[in-house]
Amino acid sequence: MKTKLTALAVTTALVAPAAMAQEMTIVSWGGAYSKSQLKAYHEPYSAKSGVTIINDDSSAEAVAKLRAMNEAGNVTWDVVDVVAADAIRLCDEGLAMEIDADTQLAAAPDGTSASEDFGDLLVSDCFIPQIVYSTTFGYRTDLVGDTAPSTICDVFDTEAYPGKRALEKRPINNMEWALLCDGVAKGDVYDVLATPEGQDKALAKLGTIKDDVIWWSAGADTPQLLADGEVVMGSTYNGRLFAVIEEQKQPVAMLWDAQVFDLDGWIIPAGLSDERKAQALDYIMFATDTQRLADQAKYISYGPARASSAPLVGKHAELGIDMAPHMPTDPNNAQNTFLYNYEFWADYRDDIDAKFQAWLAK
Amino acid sequence: MTDATSQSGPVLAADGTPLKKSLARALRLQKTRALMLIAPLLVFVMVSFIFPIAKMLFKSVENEIVVETLPLTVAELQNWNAESGALPDEALYAAFVADMVVAIDAKRHTRLGTRLNYEHTGMSSLFRKSGRKIKKLDPAADGPFKEKLIDIDKKWGDVTTWAVIKTHSVKITNGYFLNAIDMQRTPEGAQAQPEDKRILIKLFQRTLFMSLMITVSCILLGYPVAWLLANLPARTANILMILVLLPFWTSLLVRTSAWKVMLQQQGVINEVLVWIGLVADDARLVMINNQFGTIVAMTHILLPFMILPMYSVMQTIQPTYLRAAKSMGATNWTAFWRVYFPLSVPGIGAGSILVFILAIGYYITPEIVGGTKGVFISNRIAYHISSSLNWGLAAALGTILLGVVLLLYWCYDKIVGIDNVKLG
Repeated sequence: MKTKLTALAVTTALVAPAAMAQEMTIVSWGGAYSKSQLKAYHEPYSAKSGVTIINDDSSAEAVAKLRAMNEAGNVTWDVVDVVAADAIRLCDEGLAMEIDADTQLAAAPDGTSASEDFGDLLVSDCFIPQIVYSTTFGYRTDLVGDTAPSTICDVFDTEAYPGKRALEKRPINNMEWALLCDGVAKGDVYDVLATPEGQDKALAKLGTIKDDVIWWSAGADTPQLLADGEVVMGSTYNGRLFAVIEEQKQPVAMLWDAQVFDLDGWIIPAGLSDERKAQALDYIMFATDTQRLADQAKYISYGPARASSAPLVGKHAELGIDMAPHMPTDPNNAQNTFLYNYEFWADYRDDIDAKFQAWLAK
Repeated sequence: MTDATSQSGPVLAADGTPLKKSLARALRLQKTRALMLIAPLLVFVMVSFIFPIAKMLFKSVENEIVVETLPLTVAELQNWNAESGALPDEALYAAFVADMVVAIDAKRHTRLGTRLNYEHTGMSSLFRKSGRKIKKLDPAADGPFKEKLIDIDKKWGDVTTWAVIKTHSVKITNGYFLNAIDMQRTPEGAQAQPEDKRILIKLFQRTLFMSLMITVSCILLGYPVAWLLANLPARTANILMILVLLPFWTSLLVRTSAWKVMLQQQGVINEVLVWIGLVADDARLVMINNQFGTIVAMTHILLPFMILPMYSVMQTIQPTYLRAAKSMGATNWTAFWRVYFPLSVPGIGAGSILVFILAIGYYITPEIVGGTKGVFISNRIAYHISSSLNWGLAAALGTILLGVVLLLYWCYDKIVGIDNVKLG
């Protein structure tokens, strides 16, 4: 699955700065997401610099592959798109390069420094955020009766909303939702979850709907299950639900309550040659500026990570609908949100995952 | 006898050298030549196959990271007794700060934190957060450090933290193997994991059981098909053969997803059953996201690996044998059971080994259709390789799986005999 922009590069090769490498490999997730990056970042960048961009859809295995490449001493990727949790892991392992936001990223058009523009979203020294996406619920409008679900706890209410639910086959997010609906205050969720009793409490709450859950492991599962009517509601990434609702016109609606924000962005692998590093930094500087991040939202319903990009978000390139109300960060949608707690899950992921899997297998 | 004993020297070749030596030399030359011929292949196999596997397996015991990152601390820890319950003294804290300053400079401390976090939750952030502050300390001038470190994070004043570092400071560890069988390495020796974290043994058992079920269903379904293929006229057999091979040319994911469409509750089979009234609309059968779905999908995917060896063995069975048996009064059943079946056993053996070994290592299909009760041990291996990056544990699980396969292979050799396996 490698898409070469050769033709484009050939036409612009004449104006390319001679010192830079002529080809770079950018790793991403594939599908509609890679397409949005192709349109918003790669094509304009190739046109500007004459660099051929090779797209590699390996982000799902990026962490393991980068580690293997690093051990073999031959890193073939230049820029890699990963979720923030993976970026932290890569940074910890010394597999990603540290970036100084203020000197190596573009400032906002009004002069605000990059570190201020990204703000809290710079969750790791190696990570350059690109989009804010959220894991949230979609439900079948025709299968939920007269009153549509309005809060996250409706997911746990099998009497009011009988039928199967789709949840991700991992503890992250599910444990938080379970505690929230078991009466734990939002601010205390992670303190409770850090204790064995809290973990048992969360699993017990999930246990009340265990028989009604179909566990998914790929982001495409829930949209499919919803479209087939296999489940009445299910969690997935908001962009996937946007595609089901607006592009495929399925009878599905969004339940934004208690959506969990997560970040996706770039890292540059450690150990690149100086020439390739300069090339990668040049690309990053271009691709994460205010206009480019806003451009990506024309092709996919994920919110730009820069505060300065939000006002520039326009209409969908093909559907022609306003994208702002479909952004997870839109004020109407973001009334009750979580931000993925990276620090907590970096510590507790393996421990709670072992418990979660043992609980699933019971 | 007297002749032989009376002979004084060894037998000589024509040129006067002892015959034994001369023969050995000629043989050695031949062997070297043969070795040279296969050398490129041998080197290729060694480099591309055996070496990486051996390296991966070695990861299951390799644990140099602690000693390499904290050499002075590990040396000091030898003088400290975890069971005493008392905190280590200042010398250790000083050694630790000296080690950390070097490690932070090389950005190795977070890596160590990740490693220790596999054993004790919280180590990852402890090393990451403390690193930022320890960076500012000067090991030569800023002592004493004990108070300072505990000030930075109170976990440095917790005996458990140091006990964990000490327990995992050996260069060659059995820790990963213990983890792989639901145990853990503790200061007091190997102990069982808490009950709510025991999952791996269960998954090993389930993997073996399910692989066995899949192999048996492949035999039951594959045998008649292979028999038909071997006994039909060539033209019909060829068409059938294409049908057997067709799934081979289709993507694994497509085939697995097709089973989802067939088996899910709003799927083809349930729709048909409801339509003809065999099943009530509100009591649709659950046929996927469980063990049943996994066995069905995997049997379908692995069936060609069973049919092909059976077919090639059955093709070599002469029809005259059956006719001879019948001419001597055997019924169809007896002729099949006493003559044909024993001759076809090598094909079943070869197919079973192929299917079983492939099934034991499968993970994409169980991941997609397995739900909670149909996942295999390989799914955990994949998780530790690509998500948790705990390659040591993944390697230990892989080594155990390899050991189990070799053991079963050995049992098969003892019971059926490996000479009795034919691929054609």
